[in-house]
Amino acid sequence: MDAAALLGALADLYPPDRLLTQSAQVIPFESDGLTSFRAHPLAVVLAQNQEEVIDTVRLCYRHEVPFVARGSGTSLSGGSLPILDGIVIALNRLDRILSIDPLQRLAVVEAGAINLNVSKAAAPYGLYYAPDPSSQLICTIGGNLAFNAGGAHCLKHGMTSNHVLGLKVVLPDGEVVRLGGQSLEGVGPDLVGLFVGSEGLFGIALEATLRLLPSPESFQTVLAAYHSLEAAGHAVARVVSSGILPGAIEIMDNLAIQAAEAAVHAGYPLDAGGLLIVELEGETSTLQIEFPELLEIIRASGPYEVRVAQSAADRQLIWKGRKSSFSAVGRLSPDYLVQDGVVPRSRLGEALAEITRLSSIYGLQVANVFHAGDGNLHPLILFDGNQPGALERAKALAGEILEMCIRFGGSITGEHGVGVEKLEYLPRMFAQADLEVMRALRRQVDPLQIANRGKMLAYAQP
Amino acid sequence: MKPASIAELQEQVVSSPCLTLHGAGTKPGLHLYQNGVTILDTSGLTGVITYQPEEFTFTALAGTRLAEIAKLLEQHGQYLPFDPPLVERGATLGGTVAAGLSGPGRYRYGGVRDFLMGVRFVDGQGRLVSAGGKVVKNSAGFDLPKLMVGSLGQYGALVEVTFKVFPRPPAYATLKASYLSIEQALESLYRITTAPLDLFAVELVPGNAGLELWVRLAGRAEALPERLERVRGVLGGGEVLDDRSEHGVWRAAREFTWLAEGASLVKLPITPGTVLALDRMLAEHGAVRRYSVGCNLAWVGWPAPIELLDHLLRDFPGVSLSGLLVLGQGGQPRLGARTGAYFARRVKLALDPQGRWLGD
Repeated sequence: MDAAALLGALADLYPPDRLLTQSAQVIPFESDGLTSFRAHPLAVVLAQNQEEVIDTVRLCYRHEVPFVARGSGTSLSGGSLPILDGIVIALNRLDRILSIDPLQRLAVVEAGAINLNVSKAAAPYGLYYAPDPSSQLICTIGGNLAFNAGGAHCLKHGMTSNHVLGLKVVLPDGEVVRLGGQSLEGVGPDLVGLFVGSEGLFGIALEATLRLLPSPESFQTVLAAYHSLEAAGHAVARVVSSGILPGAIEIMDNLAIQAAEAAVHAGYPLDAGGLLIVELEGETSTLQIEFPELLEIIRASGPYEVRVAQSAADRQLIWKGRKSSFSAVGRLSPDYLVQDGVVPRSRLGEALAEITRLSSIYGLQVANVFHAGDGNLHPLILFDGNQPGALERAKALAGEILEMCIRFGGSITGEHGVGVEKLEYLPRMFAQADLEVMRALRRQVDPLQIANRGKMLAYAQP
Repeated sequence: MKPASIAELQEQVVSSPCLTLHGAGTKPGLHLYQNGVTILDTSGLTGVITYQPEEFTFTALAGTRLAEIAKLLEQHGQYLPFDPPLVERGATLGGTVAAGLSGPGRYRYGGVRDFLMGVRFVDGQGRLVSAGGKVVKNSAGFDLPKLMVGSLGQYGALVEVTFKVFPRPPAYATLKASYLSIEQALESLYRITTAPLDLFAVELVPGNAGLELWVRLAGRAEALPERLERVRGVLGGGEVLDDRSEHGVWRAAREFTWLAEGASLVKLPITPGTVLALDRMLAEHGAVRRYSVGCNLAWVGWPAPIELLDHLLRDFPGVSLSGLLVLGQGGQPRLGARTGAYFARRVKLALDPQGRWLGD
C-alpha cells in the first residue's frame, strides 16, 4: 500500500475541489446510515464521470489501497462506511438517467441516479421502477444494487435484483465488463444476479439497465388498528393465506406509530398496539372484487378501527408516515440501531413476543416496523449513547434478535445487507464450507481485497 | 453413476477428474457427454423435504420432477409463477434451474431466477455448499442461487432447491388477435404491454398466414369478462378462446408440442425491438418461431445445422444475441455472443478450481 503515491496520482486526475483530503472536508464522509460506526478515509474523490471512476479503481489497484463507492450514504449496515485510510469514491455526480425506452420498458441509468428519479423519469410514459426502499427520495441505484435493496412493495414485485437486467461494472482490478443485457431472459450463469447484492466486493457498477413496469391502474390501501401487536401479526397470516396477493403488508407498533405521527402527522391512531397497513394494486375491476374481501378478512381479525384511504393524497400520507418511521424514531431517542432480520411468516407472532421479552430483559425500548408480508422485521433499538455501556447493550440485544431469526430458520438480513454491522453473524447463518466458497469468490475477483474491504466478509490477512 | 444420496454424490465427485450431470434427460441439447467423462445421474435424488403451504415456500431435492411439485402445490391453491416448461416431459427442478428456463407465465411475476430462494450444491471439490435461504426474503451473503440459474452444471451439482411460490390464480382467459404484418402485431404488442393492465402472458406467434398475438389474463373469474374487453379495446379486436383451447394453446407453448420432428429447440433472449430483423432472418432459414414473454424470449425450432445459427447470431447486426440449444444434439449448448466472460472465468475458478465440471 502506497498512500502518498496514490494521492499524487489522484491529484493528477482530479481538480482540488473534487479531491478531498483535509480532515474537515472528509469528516462528513466518515459515517453512513449506520451512525454508530465511523472511519476516517485517506481521501474522498467526487467523480464526475465513469472514466474517472474506472481510473480511480485502477490507481487503487496499482497502489493496493482499498476503496468504497458511496452514493447518498444511506446504508443501514455500514455498507458505504469508509475503509480506514482507504479511498471513498463518491458517485452522486454520476446521476444521469441515460435513456428511457418506453416501448421496451427499459431505463438505463448511472450508478449515482436517485431511485425515485427513475420512476419520475418513467412517469410520463405511465411506467415506474418498482423497488421502493424507504430512503428512495435520496438513495442511489448503485447502492440499491450493491445491497439488493428491498422496500415495502417487494412482496409482489421482488427486490432490486428482480429488476436489474444489465450492468456495466468496473471490477476491483480495473477491468470493465458488461453483464446481462436488455432482455428479461438470459443464457448462461446469471452473473447480474451474482453481482447484485455483492455489497461492493466485486467492484463498482457504473451503469445499470433497469426494468420498468406499467404503473398500476388502481390502489386500495387500508389501515387497521389493533390493541396488540400480536393481533396485527395474526391478521397478516389470514391475509396471506386468503389467496389475495397484496402489493404490500406492513406493521408498525405503538412506539413507531407515535414517532411517525410526531414527524409527519399521517393520522395514525395513536393508541394502537399494532397498526396494519395492507395495499392492493392492479386493475380496478379486480380490486372491486378483492378489496371488499380483504376488508372482510381484516374486520374478522379483531381490529378496533379500520380506515380506508379515500384518495391518492390519503394513501401517500399513509406511506409517508411508514417510510419516515426510521428517521422519526430519532425524535424519541438520542440514538437507535435499526435491525433487519427475517423470520418465516408463520412465526411472526412468536418473533414479536420474543423481541418484547428481550426488550424488557435489556431494559431498552424497541420500536417495531416491518414488512410483515415478507416476514422482514425491522426492530429499532432505542438507546442513549451518552450512557456508558448503552451502545454495547443495544448491540447485544440486536445480536439476540438476529440469533432468534437464525434459530427460527430465517435470515440475518432481508434487505439491508451484512455490511460491517452483521459481519460476525454471517458465520452463524452459514457453515464453514458455505463461507469458504464466498471467500474463494472474493479471492478470485479481488485478490487484493481492495473493493469495500471488511464488509460482508472479514478482511483475510494475506 | 447414479448416487443414491448426497454423501455418495460427494464421494463420486472427488474421485472423478471430469464430470457432467444428467437429470431426467428432458433437455438433450444441453448434454455434454464426451469420452472419459463421468456422468452423474441425479435422478435418484428426489423428494420434497419441507413444504408448509402457509409459508408459500418449499424445499425439495433437485431431482424432483416439476409435475410432482405442481400437483402438490395445486392441492393447496399454489403454483410456481414462472410457469416452468417441459413439465409433461418429466423435467426436474434442478434441470430447470441449471438450464434457466421459464415459461410464458414468466411475463407476470418473473422467471425461475426470481423465485429460487436457496440452493445446496456439491462444488468442484466435493463440498456440500448451502447458499441463499429458506424464507421469501434474504440478502445475506453472495446470491449464489441466482448464479446457479443457467449455469448448466458448470459449478457443481444442485442437490436441493428452495422456491418461493404464489397463490394460484382461480381462473384464466385468453384473447387472440390476428395481424397481417409483423409491424402491426408489434405495434399492438407495445400498446398492450405498456398499458396499466395485469397481463399474465403475452406471446407473438407467426404462422403461415399472418401472425397471432395471444394475451392471457389470470385472476378472479368474475372480473375476466370486463378485463378481456379492455384488452380487446387496446388491441382493436380479437377473439376470446374457449376454455379448452385456452388451456391447449398454453400447454402447447410450455411443452413445445409445436416443434417439428427433428428440429432443434433454441432459446434466444431478445427484446421486442429485435423481433423485426430477427424474424426475417429466422424465416429465411425456415425456422419455426414463437416470441414469448412479451417478445423478451424467442423459442426457435431450427431445421438446419446448429452451427449455422451460431454464426448467424454472432454476426447479427446491431445487437449481440446469444442462444441456448435445449432440444437437439448435445455437445455445444451455448450459441452466439457471450458477455461478462472475464468475470465468469473468475467465478468458475472459485467454485471449480480443478475444472472437474464440464462446461463454461
